[in-house]
Amino acid sequence: MDLLNTNPDNLSTLLSWLTFLPLIGMCVVLLLPASNLRAIKITAGVFTFIPLVLATQMYFGTFDKTVSGYQMVQHFEWIKALGINYSVGVDGLSMPLLWLTTILFFIAVPASETVPRLSKAYFVLLLLLELGVLGVFVSLDFFLFYVYWEIMLLPMYFLIGIWGGPQREYAAIKFFLYTLAGSVLMLIAVIALRLDAGTFSIPELVAIGKAGGFTGPALLGMSFTTWVFWFLFVAFAIKIPAFPFHTWLPDAHVQAPTPISVILAGILLKLGGYGLLRGCFPIVPDAFQDFAYVLGILGVIAIVYGAYVALGQSDFKKMVAYSSVSHMGFVLLGMAALTEWGMNGAALQMFTHGISSAACFLVVGVVYDRAHHRDLNGFGGLAQPMPRYWAMATIAFFASLGLPGMAGFVSEALTMVGAFQSQVGWTDEAIASGWMWGPFQWLTLIATIGIVMTAAYILWALQRVFLGTLNEKYADFKDISAREVFSLAPLLVLCIVLGIFPWYILDWMEVSISDLMQILTFAG
Amino acid sequence: MNTLTPNDYLLLLAVPLIPLLGYVVQIFFGRNLPRKGDWMLLGGMFIVMCITVYMFFVHAMGHVGPAPFWNESAMTADGPVFRWLYNTSDVPGDQNLIAGILYDGLAAAMLMVVGVVSFLVHLFSSGYMAGDRRYHIFFANISLFTFAMLGLILSDNILFLFVFWELMGFMSYLLIGHFAQDPDSPRIKHAAAACKKAFLTTRVGDTCLFFGMAMFYFLLPREYNDLLAQGAIEGERVISSFRFVDLWTMGGQIVEANNGEYPFWMSVAGLFTFGGTVGKSAQFPLHIWLPDAMEGPTPVSAMIHAATMVAAGVFLLGRMFPMMSPEVLQIVIAVGAFTALFAATIGCTVNDIKGVLAYSTISQLGFMVAAIGTGGLGIVAGLFHMVTHAFFKACLFLSAGSVIHGCHHEQDMQKMGGLRKKMPITFMCMLICTLAIAGMPLFAGYYSKDRIIASVIDSTLTQWRGANVFALVALPLAAMLTTFYMFRLIFLTFFGEPRDQHIHDHAHESPIPMTAALIGLASLGMFGGHFWLAGDPLSNNGTWFTNLVQWQTMYVTSRGGSLDLTSMNMIAVTEHTAHTGHVWAVGVSLSVLALGFFAALWIYGLKKLDPARITSKLGLVYEAVRDKYYVDEAVNGSVIRGTMGLAKGQKWIDENIIDGTVLGVGRLGRGLGTLCAWIDKNIVDGAVNWVGNTTQALGSVARLLQTGRIQQYVSFAVGGALLLAAFHILT
Repeated sequence: MDLLNTNPDNLSTLLSWLTFLPLIGMCVVLLLPASNLRAIKITAGVFTFIPLVLATQMYFGTFDKTVSGYQMVQHFEWIKALGINYSVGVDGLSMPLLWLTTILFFIAVPASETVPRLSKAYFVLLLLLELGVLGVFVSLDFFLFYVYWEIMLLPMYFLIGIWGGPQREYAAIKFFLYTLAGSVLMLIAVIALRLDAGTFSIPELVAIGKAGGFTGPALLGMSFTTWVFWFLFVAFAIKIPAFPFHTWLPDAHVQAPTPISVILAGILLKLGGYGLLRGCFPIVPDAFQDFAYVLGILGVIAIVYGAYVALGQSDFKKMVAYSSVSHMGFVLLGMAALTEWGMNGAALQMFTHGISSAACFLVVGVVYDRAHHRDLNGFGGLAQPMPRYWAMATIAFFASLGLPGMAGFVSEALTMVGAFQSQVGWTDEAIASGWMWGPFQWLTLIATIGIVMTAAYILWALQRVFLGTLNEKYADFKDISAREVFSLAPLLVLCIVLGIFPWYILDWMEVSISDLMQILTFAG
Repeated sequence: MNTLTPNDYLLLLAVPLIPLLGYVVQIFFGRNLPRKGDWMLLGGMFIVMCITVYMFFVHAMGHVGPAPFWNESAMTADGPVFRWLYNTSDVPGDQNLIAGILYDGLAAAMLMVVGVVSFLVHLFSSGYMAGDRRYHIFFANISLFTFAMLGLILSDNILFLFVFWELMGFMSYLLIGHFAQDPDSPRIKHAAAACKKAFLTTRVGDTCLFFGMAMFYFLLPREYNDLLAQGAIEGERVISSFRFVDLWTMGGQIVEANNGEYPFWMSVAGLFTFGGTVGKSAQFPLHIWLPDAMEGPTPVSAMIHAATMVAAGVFLLGRMFPMMSPEVLQIVIAVGAFTALFAATIGCTVNDIKGVLAYSTISQLGFMVAAIGTGGLGIVAGLFHMVTHAFFKACLFLSAGSVIHGCHHEQDMQKMGGLRKKMPITFMCMLICTLAIAGMPLFAGYYSKDRIIASVIDSTLTQWRGANVFALVALPLAAMLTTFYMFRLIFLTFFGEPRDQHIHDHAHESPIPMTAALIGLASLGMFGGHFWLAGDPLSNNGTWFTNLVQWQTMYVTSRGGSLDLTSMNMIAVTEHTAHTGHVWAVGVSLSVLALGFFAALWIYGLKKLDPARITSKLGLVYEAVRDKYYVDEAVNGSVIRGTMGLAKGQKWIDENIIDGTVLGVGRLGRGLGTLCAWIDKNIVDGAVNWVGNTTQALGSVARLLQTGRIQQYVSFAVGGALLLAAFHILT
């Protein structure tokens, strides 16, 4: 069986071009003189714009959303002795995220204008980061996946550690070590799978997992697949970040410069969710089914707890960071519910949170660039000198709040309804008695608290920053500039367009998600 | 009788889309248009009003008979539909969400009301808001609000109703907060707090509604298919749906198969759904946002917080009525009746002219909710009251706005008085609508309020249940208080001597757009109830409105379903009790009207009794009422502080325990590293050094032998050779 569908019609070098374009850009930037920052910025802009055009073309053109399986596949042997292949391809899960990546990196370049100590190295690292992220989304070989995963880590460390805020070293090291711990777990799991099944290829591993073909020994009373599941889950959960592995995120966000926060919240967190869907659940579906309720509980804790902690913050950016924790809880809850709607909601939430949280961080960045502080209690009445900024901030924050008509509502509603439909953990007696209620019904009910609390912290923050009496210190603030609008507007337009026409994402994912659901519900 | 054609549906589709288009143009270009673009939105709203009125009279008003005048095929096949989640048609129906238009009697009536009131409020605003620094934004926002309200009415499924429902909440947030960005406004801080409070409080209800919705969506088809498998229902397997018609059909058949009993979960789901009404229609205990919402401009109060948005909760109750079990309806009656009385008592003590109207609105919404809870004709009465109330309450608010405008933004009634002569048109309009809300015969409010009391009497006579009896006491009492506080308002504002000469001297009648809107609404307040007479006024059956809102019944029967779902909740009213109830209702209505009026006249009109004497006699009771029964304080003390405490506590946990663990692991790692470094330096490296040192020491001993003198070496060699030889010989 040709799992990759490597027939000649399907092959393509497009994905490799897409992945390595930022690398070419990086080389060009390296050749430019460090003194000519303007040329460097333009080069970076061009080399993030070309992938955006390419990805957009792929999204609306090359990619066939009616076809099941991987597309635009490229496959050849890389390290023959170890059975490692260079194999890339996309399906409905990775294609939207690939597009999102190119959008956010393109936006990050103009948004970098106000980063202090901006230099050539910054753009070199930014382009390297894009290479890593794109690589993870296209990899179909677990080893390749791991390599790209590690490539991503390094530039992020320096971007936070050099261009960050006052406590940047602390935040960078915390980020690096935490994520590295996850990587190690992933590496162990990958090697274990390789030793057991003899392949690094993700499609082959999925096929073996579906057939129950892993024969590894049980250890400490847990089966081989359970071990693999937990190792991979923790590896990706750190990235999501799922409760209780989330504390690196607020520090990283608060210290990182605005464009890096945008990328961190917009894409890097999605890698965790994507990793679960690509490299964890379908490989060990039986273990996933066993522990789905644990994941659901973790998701709901993140939703409610994250919202409460966000409400308790007085730092604007930290509040948005915790709102990310809360919103990414929906991803976990939706996946764990094991329903079509929940899975769609989770996958869509990754995209919608990508745009809305990126927009929120840009909004925070605008006010930070002017006031040089982020204390929520230190503002007030900013809507008066900055009416256009207020309008855009309202859209960004209400999209994040999940206002119907905006992108966040669709994914949250799908997730909630999907989670409520879940039959995970239903006992036969409960079904027989007609009391159609199980753990996920309770979890959904609890998660609604998070929805109310989300409204609370966002409205309270908006009130303290924008409404009421104007803080005299800030009366002369300039309204949002054309450059800032240039970064922010595309995201806000996407927020609204996807709220009204969510099928611009859902249609693309539909086939892949129903395939995935077949795999996940197969063993049970 | 005309069945709707696809063209009619296109016309209906234009109704919400016109204000939406207006909004988009206005928000981007409004500032630069002549007159800041208000004429554009006004013109658009005029077209909307014409369409809604036309559709109402052509399709709904003349409609009699059991068949629905809307047809389903037009909604799904030929009519405009909107595929939401997926744009491909091969996605199964329960995965995709297809939204269409449901234009039944309830939608027709409500759409007409919203169309007319919105136009008149737009007209009023063009005068009232003139000179405001964010004039164009105000018009844009109110236009988008109108879009959401019209969309909500036309939605054929509850999910889209929810979408528009929340969108309205958001527009309400922006409009209440209109003055929160105006540095000239003295109440800028209050407005900022009020808009947040309004959105958050209703959000609590909205979340309940969402959960109820999810329950119906999932459990209804599941239960249906289970019953199908058991053979209790005949038909085909169904899939999940948010569409009202599907919900009614499934619900009806489940209840029928259950021998008329509602499953327990349906009660739970119904209660959650009712939570949405409690939030949006400001019922106790979520009513606290509505009085604060008066911080918004007066046209906003008139339109959103009196006529349209708050009525959406009642509308929802009407739409979802068949899904409400008798147990839930008992709660509905109790909440509604309690709110009606509770808010009416507060209304008697408020001095802010808009505050009186705000509490009056809460009270009247309580009437509607309670009436719908009684089922049967009560639902007709409640929804009819929603229609008439929209007319006269919008007029009352706008009149109050006209007074405030005339008095240069003074809202305290204690500083008014004697304005009758200065503002004759406003006075006449307000008087008409006061008579309407008080339930004076021949005015709009009489018809609906009389029906409500009649239905409460009927239901109590047939079913002696706690909630019914409570409503029977509370509602007439609330009606009496309504008359009292409304005439108190009239006497304090328009009659007597001016209490503040300065304000009185500068008071003036409002400009033409405002008075024109007032006259329009006042005539509706006067004649808006006469629609009721387009049938036999003394009979409870056969009036066109009754037919209009019994859509669910018609729908189920027209589909071949044997169950008359609405009648499950309809108390079988015999001819006799109906007649008795009606006669009693007229008597009760008129006597409470008279009592309330004469009390107000005695105290405030003729000043025979000093209100201060009454308040001092009542003492603590008066203080409790004046301070709104301390509900706000209680909420602040418990919910708000509790939430903030939780938030601070969880923040502490996050920083100290969870992050503390992480940092602890980090410190442990660093400690281990330091330890290892010490071991490495002192033990491992120490061993190495020891070996080296020992070698060196030994070497230095050996070095002593290295003298470099050849004689010594030779003597060592000879000595050694001799020793070897001796050893060899001896062994």
